Amino acid sequence: MKLLITFSRKGGREPVIARIVKETGVLINVEKANIDSMAGEMLIDVPDEDASVVLERMEAAGVSVRVLEDAIVRDEEECIDCGACISICPQEVFSFDPDWRIRLHPGVCVLCGKCVIACPHRALSLQQ
Amino acid sequence: MEKSLELINTRIRDGNARVVAAEEMPSIVDELGEEGALKEVDVVTTGTFGAMCSSGAFFNFGHADPPIRMERVWLNDVEAYTGIAAVDAYLGATQQSATQGEEYGGAHVLEDLLAGNAVELQATSRGTDCYPRRSITTELLLEDMNQAIMLNPRNAFQRYNAATNSTDRTLYTYMGTLLPRCGNISYSGAGSLSPLPNDPHFRMIGSGVPIFLCGAEGMVVGEGTQHASRGGFGNLMVTGDMKRMTNEFLRAATMTGYGVTAYVGLGVPIPVVDLDVVRHTAVRDEDILVDVIDYGVARRDRPSRRKVSYAELKSGSVELGEEVVRTSSLSSYRMARKVADRLKEWIETGSMGDLALPTRRINPEGVSRPMRETQQAPRVREIMERQVISITEDEEIRTAAKRLLKGETNHLPVLDKDGILVGIVTTYDISKAVVQDGKHRCVRDIMTRKVVKTHPDEPVDIAARKLEQNNISALPVVDTANRVVGMLTAIDLGKLFGRRWMK
Repeated sequence: MKLLITFSRKGGREPVIARIVKETGVLINVEKANIDSMAGEMLIDVPDEDASVVLERMEAAGVSVRVLEDAIVRDEEECIDCGACISICPQEVFSFDPDWRIRLHPGVCVLCGKCVIACPHRALSLQQ
Repeated sequence: MEKSLELINTRIRDGNARVVAAEEMPSIVDELGEEGALKEVDVVTTGTFGAMCSSGAFFNFGHADPPIRMERVWLNDVEAYTGIAAVDAYLGATQQSATQGEEYGGAHVLEDLLAGNAVELQATSRGTDCYPRRSITTELLLEDMNQAIMLNPRNAFQRYNAATNSTDRTLYTYMGTLLPRCGNISYSGAGSLSPLPNDPHFRMIGSGVPIFLCGAEGMVVGEGTQHASRGGFGNLMVTGDMKRMTNEFLRAATMTGYGVTAYVGLGVPIPVVDLDVVRHTAVRDEDILVDVIDYGVARRDRPSRRKVSYAELKSGSVELGEEVVRTSSLSSYRMARKVADRLKEWIETGSMGDLALPTRRINPEGVSRPMRETQQAPRVREIMERQVISITEDEEIRTAAKRLLKGETNHLPVLDKDGILVGIVTTYDISKAVVQDGKHRCVRDIMTRKVVKTHPDEPVDIAARKLEQNNISALPVVDTANRVVGMLTAIDLGKLFGRRWMK
């Protein structure tokens, strides 16, 4: 399960992720991180069965957590099922179904945004 | 054995013609044999739905009061061509908005009109005795136009080369986003469902033949521009009445970094009159080969990495060298099928009327030549600075600084003992080394090793793009042995402008 976490660094430089990994033994995979002197945003992947314990510990540590369900949003009015998104996605989020319609597996999306730029019909956007 | 068009048209009128999509033909021929298929099938429908840049429409807006002879005209800020009488204009699909750039263009105006949206027309004129008005602004719906006639100079390519990119940066092309180091392959066209692979010798598809164009009945005008049927790259010029089209089959798009284009739905019904038609309409994706072209080479004659069939492209991945590379289609196969199916419905219900043979044949041996250039595009060697001030990698930074000052330059190519280019240092690198407490002593410690360079025969336009893309102001010019033979700076580019003004 993918979690989008945001935290402030005003209170100090607590090694939140490291501590939770150490204390819970859950293997957290950091897929994307953007941290500056004031705040940070991170996309992490955790096994589904451990998600609730990680979520609990994060929130206790003052980190806000959002479960990322539909990371990428497709506008079905605009999409014509061309397939331009398929090969440029590093996570293989997109594929064709047997009727040549685009099928999405948003669970593996890491919000890189390549498909948003590559879509000729501007049918894709990242969930805000 | 033959079957007359008369017979086929009679069956269409009687509502008992057997119409199939091109996709179904191979298995029908497998099952019934060629003779059997000829007896059984009356019409094969084809379809494609993809980016067709060379599309657009003629409009007649009607006369205003007082009247204006439109010299320049914009529809939703997209300029249309007006050198065709007072209130007529041709709007091309790829023309970009004067205000929104590549996010809105001619194709979007066409789609807006089909969607029933009002479009703002602005026009200017110098004013004449017969047309005194100098400007006009009004809002128009498609129904307000006297005529809106789509005329697409180059549509429905027989096949189209696939694209990849061997460089180490992402390219944004009309073939979509191409990932670095051949990270993907993009292709276009519906393969064996496309119209022209089903009639490669242009026997049934030619001038006057009725077609499906953007949801309405249209017509083949003749061969398209850049028609190159001899090499298997024929295409069609087509026309149709926009007022009967739907925006389901005409969709505006933007290839990021390239620009606006129109996705056009086009299908041709092929009457099955003889065995030759049976054989050609039984074409399979495996039989249609294209090259995988390396768009990393910014020249007209780009190298091919390999031949590949539409069957392989459609499978989702293709082997390229040692690697398996994923493919992306830019055209929609689902929509291509929809075009072929809609066409089938039209013929089965008789709403399309009679089919026709070409009134004029299209040249099956057409060849498209490259441009004759009377002046070669300027090359780097013509404007590069031949006096190269350089330095070797083990010299001191201080020496480099002195040399820069003395040579009144900002860039020093760094050479090894054999004169081979190994790096570059700039005044910026040296200033940085001085400010950062002077830990470094040698040029080697501060030079940039990955040098962006050019060669004497490279067209200046390509070198200028390198400067722009890398945000740098000079390129070492090297020979095939990587020896520096000159420098090309932004200042040298200025010489070109000087030359143009002289003429």
